[in-house]
Amino acid sequence: MTERSNPSSSTSRLPRLTYRVWTVWRRNFEVFMKTIYVNFLPALLEPLLYLAAFGVGLGALITGNISGYGSYIQFIGPGLIAIAVMYGSFFECTYASFVRMYFQKTFDAIIATPVSVEEVIAGELLWGATRATINATIVLSVVTAFGLVSSPLFLLVPVLTFFGGLLFASLGMCFTALAPNIDFFNFPAFLFITPMFLLGGTFFPLSLLPGAVQTVAFAVLPLTHVVNLMRGLVLGRIEPFLGLSSEIMLVLSIVWIAVVTLMFFVLAIKMMKKRLIK
Amino acid sequence: MTSSEILIKARGLTKKYDQFMAVDHIDFEVYKGECVGFLGPNGAGKTTTVRMIYCFLPSTEGELTVAGMNVSTQARQIKSMVGVSPQEDNLDPDFTVIKNLQVYARYFDIPKEEATKRALELLKFFQLEEKQDVSIYQLSGGMKRRLIMARALINEPRILLLDEPTTGLDPQGRHIVWDEIRSLRKQGVTIILTTHYMDEAAALCDRVLIIDNGKIIETGVPQKLIKKHVGEDVLEVSYDEAVLKTLKEELPDAHIEVFGDQIRVFINQPHGVFERIVKKFPDIDLTIRNANLEDVFLKLTGRKLRE
Repeated sequence: MTERSNPSSSTSRLPRLTYRVWTVWRRNFEVFMKTIYVNFLPALLEPLLYLAAFGVGLGALITGNISGYGSYIQFIGPGLIAIAVMYGSFFECTYASFVRMYFQKTFDAIIATPVSVEEVIAGELLWGATRATINATIVLSVVTAFGLVSSPLFLLVPVLTFFGGLLFASLGMCFTALAPNIDFFNFPAFLFITPMFLLGGTFFPLSLLPGAVQTVAFAVLPLTHVVNLMRGLVLGRIEPFLGLSSEIMLVLSIVWIAVVTLMFFVLAIKMMKKRLIK
Repeated sequence: MTSSEILIKARGLTKKYDQFMAVDHIDFEVYKGECVGFLGPNGAGKTTTVRMIYCFLPSTEGELTVAGMNVSTQARQIKSMVGVSPQEDNLDPDFTVIKNLQVYARYFDIPKEEATKRALELLKFFQLEEKQDVSIYQLSGGMKRRLIMARALINEPRILLLDEPTTGLDPQGRHIVWDEIRSLRKQGVTIILTTHYMDEAAALCDRVLIIDNGKIIETGVPQKLIKKHVGEDVLEVSYDEAVLKTLKEELPDAHIEVFGDQIRVFINQPHGVFERIVKKFPDIDLTIRNANLEDVFLKLTGRKLRE
């Protein structure tokens, strides 16, 4: 085992990760399992409430076929799964990671062992993605129980939720690296997450918005792409958008998520390393 | 227990933050089996040095090797043979006492059965057996300290770094920790200890390094340092013009320190040197006591408050 690196040039490299990442993941998983009922309940109740309020209630006022997907309740089903991905991982890697880093000093304790700081953060990010997948799978089962799934491709939903979760986990961790205190997270929560929740193509088709807004939403809002692909998996079709065909939209959203996730995954690790090791 | 094999070696070791020199070109070595005390006022650079030894902080300059390995290139191997008991409580509050040890063992790749076996042994050694299934929140300060030390030993380290292991403990708790440190020394574990308690350093350490402003200003065996810097006896008396005058006349070689309303006299001479002074002032309460490491420390680092 000879690992050599020049510390002065390590900032310009990709982080070196080993299987030890999973020891960090397992720590979080075991804590999660200890309080599993508390963790499951909100994830189960939230989609039920949304489906009741927006699907059954508001949906009764909305007639017709929404963008060719069917009824309104059918349209929002995949949106709710995507929202669970976003909330699950973003809040895990902001508030929860911050508590572990700042108040519990859990990261400092782990870094004194053969696990490196890069591996600690990577473990946190993979856990954030897992948390998103757990939450989203619960929502998926609710959506399925309501009879809102119409494509066998829905079996691939966990793959999408994991990578979508990794995306939001990485974004969240970048904010954690910058957070001077825990209240700081109100900024990204209200200026970044809430607008996406409402305007990311979740509750109404993006095509109803002005053209410029559509382009911006497509270019910079991660949730838009997760919602897009989620509709494809759950309902079997991606809506053509901005004059682009369903197939092109499929490829664009996959590439967008892959590139941005990789970028922010690496960036999050670097920013956290800079914060933790002075 | 001390051998001639060098386990930790620093040459020109430096840690610089912007304009602040936390550790300023220090040289030292720690021999196998030794218990070395790092003493110094707050902000002297003790913890920074310890953190560089366990590869938590990168150095700015200089050379630092642990068991012949370079801290910047072989961090993983070094960390696997070092046990760290940090100053702050960073036990995992999400787990019980024994689970803290088991989860920590996993970071060292220790298989689960072996980890549980070691955890139970360590809890027994640190008198925490009865608390094994208790939440961290229910432990007293002393118990947390002992659990942190137990955790530092889970990987059976060759080198143990104890950063202020007894700060905030009651006398009972301190003495339990001292017994445990002595027992680990007997087992041949090399120990670096930082502390603000000079009696602790004198009781436990084979050798101390006195660090101030990022520099090592003195190093040696506690008893020898006491003899060298403050002699055997110290005379203490409340401030009095006549006494001060006599002291200066009678003991021209003495180091006389006036601080607040106290006069302290240090002299590099054997016992009995102060007897005649005491006889001259039968009505004044003059105290003669043994010189100690705290006298050395205050003489070398001054009485000014730090931070």
